[in-house]
Amino acid sequence: MSIETAITNIAPERIEIDGVTKSFTTNRGTIVALDNVSVKVAEGEFLCLVGPSGCGKSTLLNIIAGLDTPDSGRVLANGESVTGPGRDRMVMFQEHALFPWLDVLGNVMFGLRLKPGLNNKERKEVAKYYLDLVGLSKFLHANIHELSGGMKQRVALARALAPNPRVLLMDEPFAALDALTREQLYGDIQRIWEARRKTILFVTHNVREAACLGDRVLLFSPNPGRIHAEFQVTLPRARDINSVELAHYSTEITAALKGFTNKQGMEVAE
Amino acid sequence: MIRSLSSIVFFLALLLAWEFVARSGHYSPVILPSPLNVLEYIWQATCDGTLWVATLVTMKRLLLGYGLGLLFGIPLGLVTARFRLLQDTLGLLALGVQTLPSVCWVPLALLWFGQTEAAMLFVVVMGTLWSVIIATNDGVRAMPPIYLRAARTMGSKGLHTWVKVILPASLPYLVGGMKQGWAFAWRSLMAAEIFVTILTGFGLGQLLQYGRELLAMDQVVAVMAIIVVIGLLADRLLFSPWERFFHKRWGTGSVK
Repeated sequence: MSIETAITNIAPERIEIDGVTKSFTTNRGTIVALDNVSVKVAEGEFLCLVGPSGCGKSTLLNIIAGLDTPDSGRVLANGESVTGPGRDRMVMFQEHALFPWLDVLGNVMFGLRLKPGLNNKERKEVAKYYLDLVGLSKFLHANIHELSGGMKQRVALARALAPNPRVLLMDEPFAALDALTREQLYGDIQRIWEARRKTILFVTHNVREAACLGDRVLLFSPNPGRIHAEFQVTLPRARDINSVELAHYSTEITAALKGFTNKQGMEVAE
Repeated sequence: MIRSLSSIVFFLALLLAWEFVARSGHYSPVILPSPLNVLEYIWQATCDGTLWVATLVTMKRLLLGYGLGLLFGIPLGLVTARFRLLQDTLGLLALGVQTLPSVCWVPLALLWFGQTEAAMLFVVVMGTLWSVIIATNDGVRAMPPIYLRAARTMGSKGLHTWVKVILPASLPYLVGGMKQGWAFAWRSLMAAEIFVTILTGFGLGQLLQYGRELLAMDQVVAVMAIIVVIGLLADRLLFSPWERFFHKRWGTGSVK
């Protein structure tokens, strides 16, 4: 495999979540994180999952990633049943989850080294390409702890993109960042999504963030975790988180969210 | 520069105070030899080779016992951390036995192996093994589970995860454990050499004990000083470079 084919756009993947149920037993009782949830995600779609904490949106992401198994139901990725983690579905976590014993390049190379069909020189080229894409080509040999929070998440993004997955699963990746850095990354992720054609599932509890990024926003209600409402966001890209048009969408979603959070006395970030 | 200067001044002051007390004539030289007496002994014992031979014999025993302790301790610590059954059995045993001062192994070793090198080796291995198991185990268990999840999504599994994720993630703890194991090995070997008198080799511990029997206090103090210096050198040469590397990579530690 040449570098060109290693970084060319591959067809984004279609995902089907079919009647997935998952519950956890804690010492305070059983929590139904997901109750018979079914979703179809189109190829190349940017889908945002919002809801208050404990509504099962992260659990769903983990199940799609193959890190968790559902109690019942199934997940199909491009028609095939998901039985475990796979390079076609890469994950970006809320904590950057970078390895402190490797430098920036080493972290991006980690997944590439496990990818067959490339020699080490090509892998390095690919890693550099993605670090360039996230604007970190000057930090190849920096130690992880030397980077700012935003830079760490950029490395994590490059690491997730490097094996050229068809699906990107993002679990509140920007939640721990300051507002300015977050806004930059909204721009970056939209740019990269348009350039690289991925199917993206993005979990957040920030309604405005969901409206800014998603083609479609699914609103989850907690315990039992279900899809409460669905919204199409038809604004043109690239969207600005501060735009007035966006506010219409986020107000609408927040109103729906308040419908059940008020009942349950829960708070949510707008 | 200022830091090494302060160390030098401190130790010189210590030596001067010692010399002063020794010269005051309050204590007999049999009880308190002067630093000069001690240096004299070191010089003479270095020239006639006694010290070299004793150090060599001791280091051979130490490295063999320590090496065996690491060879078994690290893998055992890795598996006790990852498998609950081993954690509850072998891990518990290690935790218990580790509290046993290593000199307590000497009577047992003497009865099992007699006055032999095997007895000596046994004591050193017992002194090292358990603390290395505990340190490795703790290191692996301190690893954030998110590393494993991240590695799995990138296609790492089985041996690859062990070698490329679990082992490097717990390395800082591991070096801490190796350092502690070294200190324990050193202590237990000295205990063993003092109690086990054998003809197959005359180590530093035996030289120390021999000094006591001869009422040669300069020899006793000199050997003690050499034991301290070897311990310090090992720390500086074997472990400090690693620790510095980890602090730099991980961004931990505030003292440079």
